[in-house]
Amino acid sequence: MLDLLVSPFAMGFMRRALAGCLALSVAAPPLGVFLVLRRMSLMSDVLQHGVVPGIAVGVAVAGLSLWAMGLGGLAAGLAIALIAGWLARRTGGREDSQLAGMYLLALAAGVAMISMQRSIDLTHLLFGNVLAVDDTALFGMAGVATVTLPVLALIWRPLVLESFDPGFMAATGGRGGLWHLIFLVLVVLCVVAGFVALGTLMSVGLMMLPAIAARHWSASLAGQVRVSVLLAVLASFCGLTISYHLDIPTGPAIVMTAGGLWVLSMLTGPYASLWRRAAARA
Amino acid sequence: MGAVTLTPPLLLDRVRLQQGGRTILEDLSGSFQPGSLTALVGANGTGKTTLLRAIAGLHKLAGGRIEGGGPQRIALLPQGSQLDRGFPISCLDLVTLAAPRLGWFRGATPAQRQLALEALDRVGLAGLEGRSLQALSAGQFQRLLFARTMMQDAPVVLLDEPFTAVDTATAAHLLSVLQDWHAQGRTLIVVLHDMKLVQRHFPRTLLLTGDGHAVWGATAAVAPRLAA
Ligand SMILES: Nc1ncnc2c1ncn2[C@@H]1O[C@H](COP(=O)(O)OP(=O)(O)OP(=O)(O)O)[C@@H](O)[C@H]1O
Ligand SMILES: [Mg+2]
Repeated sequence: MLDLLVSPFAMGFMRRALAGCLALSVAAPPLGVFLVLRRMSLMSDVLQHGVVPGIAVGVAVAGLSLWAMGLGGLAAGLAIALIAGWLARRTGGREDSQLAGMYLLALAAGVAMISMQRSIDLTHLLFGNVLAVDDTALFGMAGVATVTLPVLALIWRPLVLESFDPGFMAATGGRGGLWHLIFLVLVVLCVVAGFVALGTLMSVGLMMLPAIAARHWSASLAGQVRVSVLLAVLASFCGLTISYHLDIPTGPAIVMTAGGLWVLSMLTGPYASLWRRAAARA
Repeated sequence: MGAVTLTPPLLLDRVRLQQGGRTILEDLSGSFQPGSLTALVGANGTGKTTLLRAIAGLHKLAGGRIEGGGPQRIALLPQGSQLDRGFPISCLDLVTLAAPRLGWFRGATPAQRQLALEALDRVGLAGLEGRSLQALSAGQFQRLLFARTMMQDAPVVLLDEPFTAVDTATAAHLLSVLQDWHAQGRTLIVVLHDMKLVQRHFPRTLLLTGDGHAVWGATAAVAPRLAA
């Protein structure tokens, strides 16, 4: 049994993937907690699809360089985030339909552009390829985690205030838009950093699923953040092990594990879970 | 949170307000003296909320100017605030976050936490500081927002229908908080629909008549128009 868990990580590439995923597991879920609180879950969908055309442009310009793909994805993600923010302000927050329109368009355009370049495997791009996690990819994941955590700690207080009561923030002269923007940049960084190992479609899963699950484990913001990190770490480790033994792409393996933890939390967690509701009714 | 140092009056000079391209208030001039207690009244849709937001700097003036306002001096408690009650934050944290000059990057000081606890105590929420927002009734939530306003320690306090949706006991309690603020020398502007309350407790009244104009003065002088 122990061997089943440990043996995959005898391989160098698996150790790199594990290190990278653990780094992201610490950085991304706290951002997910804020996305959920701000009712911006849809925004993460938009970003994950939005980075694809950028990556395609990166490949077209510089070939299969991780740096080019990463920078392209970053630029596209930031552009999408800005446009979405602008649309939200123009339409007074009722931007669901526009966001859906944007991500469908971005995904279609991205996939079309990727298909035109035969050098890149679409499945790997969308769902991750653990074999491709080289030192550059690992550096990207670790680097993003290293930047995200201290920045999030720095903007924590105004971000909490702005997430809960933007009106109060504005009335007290706070620069709500600035904190919102910094936050979105962090989200884009985490989505892009995860794409090699997890795939663009799956890297958001590691951000959102532990965050959604954490709501069932704690009533405090700090508590939810801690639980979300714990769940993501667990999902990364188990997901990679499963992916190795069953030979399925890492992205879906990790996200399925995270999803399983979410279902478990929803059923049995101490807060607002089905079990709790049933107990309250009985 | 003792007496407030003397501040300049809040001056309105030919203020014009628009909503959705329509002028709702025209040529409003006058001043709120430091320490004055004014009721802002008028039928639904006459522009009371818009005027408060303009004073707080949240609504652009279509004309004229307002002096002595600005976010540093003003605390605004909005009408029936639609805050997410599922937000995972405790009562104490919510109040503490409103402390003026709270460093963005440092935690609250023990003194600030003490002030927050005192504010919660004053609004009758002592012992509930660890509660999450979800576990509060509507009346308790309004008390909490009063504690947050108290924490802001602003010389000018704007309250938009603060007693709507609370029972008489809570309303009486919150009214006494409001009278504390008045006694401390803060300038208060309060939107109200209860004319008895206005006549009993508010020395000055600003009535928006709905045709873009206003009647502004001592409550006794404005009173004949209030009955209508
Ligand atoms: N976003 C908006 N767009 C267009 N018109 C608006 C908007 N908000 C308010 N109005 C209009 O502006 C006018 C003033 O609104 P306001 O909310 O200031 O009224 P109020 O006096 O506070 O009313 P109430 O007593 O119902 O709170 C109303 O006639 C309203 O229909
Ligand atoms: Mg109003």
